[in-house]
Amino acid sequence: MKIVALVKHVPDAAADRTFNEADHTTDRTNVDGILSELDEYAVEAALKIAESGDAEVVALTMGPDAALDAVKRALQMGADSGAHVADDALHGSDAVATSAVLAAAIQKIGDVDLILTGMASTDGGMSVVPAMLAERLGLAHVGFVGELNVEAGSVRARRDADVTETVEAALPAIVSVTDQINEPRYPSFKGIMAAKKKPVETWSLADLGVDAGTVGLAAAWTTVETVTKRPERTQGEIVTDEGDGGAKLVEFLAGQKFV
Amino acid sequence: MPVERLLPTPESRDLIALVRDIADAELAPRADAAESSGEYPRELLRLLGRSGVLGLPYDEDFGGGGQPFQVYLQVIEELAARWATVGLSVSVHTLSCWPLVAVGTDEQRKRWLPDMIGGELLGAYCLSEPHAGSDAAALSTRAVRVGDDYVLKGTKAWITHGGLADFYTVFARTSDDGPRGISCFLVPADAAGLSFGTPEKKMGFTGSPTTLVHFDDVRLPAERRIGDEGAGFGLALQALDSGRLGVAAGATGLAQSALDVAVAYAKQREQFGQPIITHQGLGFLLADMAAAVEASRATYLVAAQRRDLGMSYRHQASVAKLIATDAAMKVTTDAVQVLGGSGYTRDYPVERYFREAKVMQIFEGTNQIQRLVIARSLERSE
Ligand SMILES: Cc1cc2nc3c(=O)[nH]c(=O)nc-3n(C[C@H](O)[C@H](O)[C@H](O)COP(=O)(O)OP(=O)(O)OC[C@H]3O[C@@H](n4cnc5c(N)ncnc54)[C@H](O)[C@@H]3O)c2cc1C
Repeated sequence: MKIVALVKHVPDAAADRTFNEADHTTDRTNVDGILSELDEYAVEAALKIAESGDAEVVALTMGPDAALDAVKRALQMGADSGAHVADDALHGSDAVATSAVLAAAIQKIGDVDLILTGMASTDGGMSVVPAMLAERLGLAHVGFVGELNVEAGSVRARRDADVTETVEAALPAIVSVTDQINEPRYPSFKGIMAAKKKPVETWSLADLGVDAGTVGLAAAWTTVETVTKRPERTQGEIVTDEGDGGAKLVEFLAGQKFV
Repeated sequence: MPVERLLPTPESRDLIALVRDIADAELAPRADAAESSGEYPRELLRLLGRSGVLGLPYDEDFGGGGQPFQVYLQVIEELAARWATVGLSVSVHTLSCWPLVAVGTDEQRKRWLPDMIGGELLGAYCLSEPHAGSDAAALSTRAVRVGDDYVLKGTKAWITHGGLADFYTVFARTSDDGPRGISCFLVPADAAGLSFGTPEKKMGFTGSPTTLVHFDDVRLPAERRIGDEGAGFGLALQALDSGRLGVAAGATGLAQSALDVAVAYAKQREQFGQPIITHQGLGFLLADMAAAVEASRATYLVAAQRRDLGMSYRHQASVAKLIATDAAMKVTTDAVQVLGGSGYTRDYPVERYFREAKVMQIFEGTNQIQRLVIARSLERSE
């Protein structure tokens, strides 16, 4: 069985995030990047399946050179090989283009039985790529999965959306998992050493047969027109209780139209 | 700010990054509460084992990490900077594996070493006794040969991981020939006749148990003797040469943390209308603390590099243990001073660091004994 885990390299959510001044795309050069934490659950889910049976795990990413770090982290955790789609023309791609490129990459990997993704990326946070990918590849998509079992030719998943339901889908399928499904492992020192010897393919758009004109900022269906920095947090108002604390609080809340 | 380290290889940089990841996320947030409640973080040590941190300086063929000592010690420093108990736990474990690594037969190593250094097991090192502390060669726990077995009888004192460890590296008397009458044994935790005292009520390191270990006719097959009969004391001291470097590295991490807390506090606390760090009297105190931390690190690293190069390092290990633990005592004491009244409360970690620093001047040879080792090496030098 072959499992592809989609891994995205994102700016560290703990750091100060910014946009590029020229084109309002996410600044990926001036901040530390990491494997999107939500994708670690997908990698862990893939590794668990691989450990309990006979499966091969491929970590796939699309992004600039630094995005290779996301693949590297997945390899350190235990994935068998990696694939990295890198092309200058990809800069500023929207979700529609991203899903087209990833679909082409998955087809190039070939004979894929299961595609695992996180439930969203921690930067864009749109949660649409898995569904778009399913549409493009003509596969079933199960989202928000908190428990996953692979059976012969199908998956059985607990889906934690507005209601909790158990669904079954025939393989091949795309499953996006939540942060409830497992506790992602730390890489081990041996895993880190072994990862250096694992194969990683790098593909350009031409390698995938994707027309560069259909991706990137110019082809995007959405554009960011302006960016406003979140205002600095201002010091809150401190109410000192001199016997009239309650009245002062009500006065404050009324002033803000909360009561 | 993480410490900028001099590391020899890309893989050692990756290792330190991994250790920081784990230490920041798993150790640091738990240290305070566990030290208050006295709960040993056994599960965290298992995580470190799975991550490959419990056998770093040992051979990869047996599941170790194949790392030079200078890298292994910097890992101990990183761990101890987040939680001294855990840093020293790893050091004691590594120490307890040493005799088997150094002089075990191939068969003994193949049989026991992979689980000891490549997995989740935890070891203890049993040398001290109630009446044999600094004068460890005066130990009286007996190992009497009976047919194909040895029978151990006696009591060890102050044993880190007592009652918790999976194996005990024990030094016991096989003849009355003073230091030459001591042998080393590897005792599994489930051996019949092995029992433990109630944990000592300590001033610090309350997160890890220190107990008496009783050997009540513990019967061991002779194949559990590590090294020759009578070679035990030499082994114990050689293991301690490495162990003392672990203590020096741990002390450096502890002092670094105390310095970090003190500097952050001194930048933000204002008196007489300005941050206290800008009062020269206090700025100089912090400068001396920083100098002491960097001197400690440099000193243990020189000893470790000598070890990595195959040079003698006993003298330098004692110097490092002495310098780094005295520095940790001074730096943690001064960190309390920098924080003023707040430093004396449990709202800040520095009073705990201060209590933790004290024992580092005592275990694995008191600092008086380190001076004795250094003085003897001077006496013998040409
Ligand atoms: C928390 C903790 C954990 C420990 N863990 C372990 C462990 O895992 N395994 C283990 O085997 N041991 C362990 N020890 C024991 C430790 O190594 C001993 O406490 C230490 O060696 C000192 O022995 P002692 O306590 O008997 O003190 P003593 O030897 O009685 O020393 C008392 C004082 O006399 C001084 N002194 C003694 N002889 C001389 C001399 N010749 N010249 C000058 N001064 C001298 C000492 O420096 C000290 O100040 C641990 C101790 C503690 C407190």
